[in-house]
Amino acid sequence: MWSERRIERTGDGSYALRLTEQERTLLRFLPGELRSLLEAEPDDPGLRRLFPRAYEDDRDEAAFRELMGNELLAGRTRALEVLAETAKAERLTSEQAQAWLTALNDLRLVLGTRLDVSDESLLEDLAEDDPLAPELALYAYLSWLQEQLVEALSAEY
Amino acid sequence: MSTTPAPAEVEIEEPRGSDDPEHDRPWVVIVWNDPINLMSYVTLVFQKLFGYSKAKATKLMLQVHNEGKAVVSTGSREKAEHDVARLHGHGLWATMQRD
Repeated sequence: MWSERRIERTGDGSYALRLTEQERTLLRFLPGELRSLLEAEPDDPGLRRLFPRAYEDDRDEAAFRELMGNELLAGRTRALEVLAETAKAERLTSEQAQAWLTALNDLRLVLGTRLDVSDESLLEDLAEDDPLAPELALYAYLSWLQEQLVEALSAEY
Repeated sequence: MSTTPAPAEVEIEEPRGSDDPEHDRPWVVIVWNDPINLMSYVTLVFQKLFGYSKAKATKLMLQVHNEGKAVVSTGSREKAEHDVARLHGHGLWATMQRD
């Protein structure tokens, strides 16, 4: 279904995007959805994987949250903005590609949490009329794209 | 990058837990297995954040995947908090505790 390579590192260290119009529209739309959720419903259970605990101890955890919470949220928001703003671009800089990496991963984490993804064979047993089919297909698409991006970015390390 | 000489960094004693006799034990940062993060992604994050070689990053990723968790860095409390925050920023499930 998705045989063509969508993201490739080029000779000058930038990243060429070969996405369809449909994909670009989707990638421009999804970040705003997650940003709205982060702003309007920060306690939504679907977001819990974005903000795991650092400490077992409650007081230590509260201090960690106080120190790092805003910066972590700002970083996520910035990456989502970059994804939305560059979804129609032909090329990404290395910095933009890094933002895509975390933004795509955040989208997968929230979608995967909502779908209660527990193993990788999830799609194999899926009936076509399953009500979760569209969200699972979206999750699979984002995973596929993320895998390509990881492969392309691996050249930097 | 700036070439201005930086003032020497002053080590500030961490007040939290300083009365603990085990104060000198280092902190460890643990990454836990989760079903969503891609294996290739986790490897890349270890390379990116800690400068580990591909071989070392892959070994740690496989340890997380097969054993459920792995210690990915150790050091002072401040360093561990910094590392945990960067791992959280990349969507990994990381915690810290005293060794």
